[in-house]
Amino acid sequence: MKEILSVKNLSKSYNGIKALDEISFSVYANEIVGLLGPNGAGKTTTISIILGILKQDRGEIIVNGMDLRRYRAKILKRINFFASYSPLPGNLTVYENLYIFSLLYGLRDESIIEDLIKRFSLQKFRNTKAGLLSTGEQTRLGLAKAMLNSPILLLLDEPTASLDPSIAKEIRKLIRNFAKERGYGVLWTSHNMHEVEEVCDRVIFLSQGRILIEGDPRSLPKEYGKNNLEELFIFLAKQPLNSGG
Amino acid sequence: MNFLHIWAIILRQFYLLRSNFVRIVSLFLWITVDILLWGFLTRYLSYIDKGGFDFVKLLLGAVLFWDFFNRIMYGVTMGFLEDVWARNFLNLFCSPITIKEYLLGLVSSSLIIGSFAFLIMVFIACLVFKLSFFSYGMIIFPFLVVLLIFGTSLGILSMAIMLRFGPSAEWLIWPIPAILSPFVGIFYPVSILPNWMQFISKILPASYIFESLRKVVLLDSVSYLDLFFGFSLALFYLIFFCIVLYLTYNHCLRTGSLTRYSAENIV
Repeated sequence: MKEILSVKNLSKSYNGIKALDEISFSVYANEIVGLLGPNGAGKTTTISIILGILKQDRGEIIVNGMDLRRYRAKILKRINFFASYSPLPGNLTVYENLYIFSLLYGLRDESIIEDLIKRFSLQKFRNTKAGLLSTGEQTRLGLAKAMLNSPILLLLDEPTASLDPSIAKEIRKLIRNFAKERGYGVLWTSHNMHEVEEVCDRVIFLSQGRILIEGDPRSLPKEYGKNNLEELFIFLAKQPLNSGG
Repeated sequence: MNFLHIWAIILRQFYLLRSNFVRIVSLFLWITVDILLWGFLTRYLSYIDKGGFDFVKLLLGAVLFWDFFNRIMYGVTMGFLEDVWARNFLNLFCSPITIKEYLLGLVSSSLIIGSFAFLIMVFIACLVFKLSFFSYGMIIFPFLVVLLIFGTSLGILSMAIMLRFGPSAEWLIWPIPAILSPFVGIFYPVSILPNWMQFISKILPASYIFESLRKVVLLDSVSYLDLFFGFSLALFYLIFFCIVLYLTYNHCLRTGSLTRYSAENIV
């Protein structure tokens, strides 16, 4: 499998407090990797650095063979992002939002927008302002924006947070189908362990800025003598750092 | 430089404008109020003076130029604030747009909207108060260029302030033109100001423009030296504030304040 993202010895501190401490991992094409950890573990910091909106203190981010520090603009053209806490401008319509972002990603082909509007069932909201959409519809819009440039790497920061279980399930299915169909590499942060078990091919547990364990979300709990991923998560979150792995 | 990115920012402003009737009304309402207020005042002054002096050309012209400067500065600032209010920074700066392209998009949209509003103002002033704007001559264009550059540079400074201190700092931005107005001598010569105020006037490009405007109206002559000083100063501020913005943006990238940008992060 082709390595899409390579994070090497990444470190970041805020006012002397380590948010990330020499973490290294990879994401491959056609793979969904869950980035898990308690609040403040460093998940969003990691994603922000990969997106180029936060500078690391040390370490390297290599996307598709290119160093982020040297090829930021080129890399940002090939990756995309969605977070539940970062909705698209509410005073623009669904179509206007997608059109503006398609221009920002250097796309001129409007058929891509039409296709995404259909795929994400947004046809009847085409001319509705994004701020008037329900949370689930806004999520679909945000995801449509994230798929605009057919990214080789998709970064999802708690994409289903604040969605009801049935819509969350539908969104998960949508993302998984889309990613697998197009061979995207996906880095997915979540606090919902059932979601992670359902969607992710591999998980990485972060705690206090360090990677504790990494592996298949379906087999990891057994390896640690736990019944499921949620139990393992709680167990790991309570562990002092040096007893992780 | 990707022109599609710049076009995206301009188009966003256009979409916002057409999406809400109130935005269009506000574009014309204050212009009309300004023109009517100052137009009637100049008409009254001409009446007292029994037509001995052309107050319309002197005062109403100055109002038009000052309003153009305000619009350019606020245009850049408002475009930026739209993204602040929409919490759009994360989506925007995660896209391949550079800060340079973003800035050019904001300046371009501000210039388009500002010029359009300026033309409307000139039209109303000509129609209602018989201001013959082109009687100033071709010199109005370099005047407008200097005000455009200075307005843009203050817009950029405003962006840097808000990026550094958070959205709440917008309250530091709104009064900037009002604070500058006594120093730049829109309606009176700078020479009547106290010395300390004159010193500040000398470092403001707009004061050279309003001094020049008065020379054009009163003496029918153009001071190219004033124009040169005004232009050079405006250019200096533009470059200086661009550097300030760039450094501030990099500071935000280091501290992570761009990712946590909200009304609470004023420091």
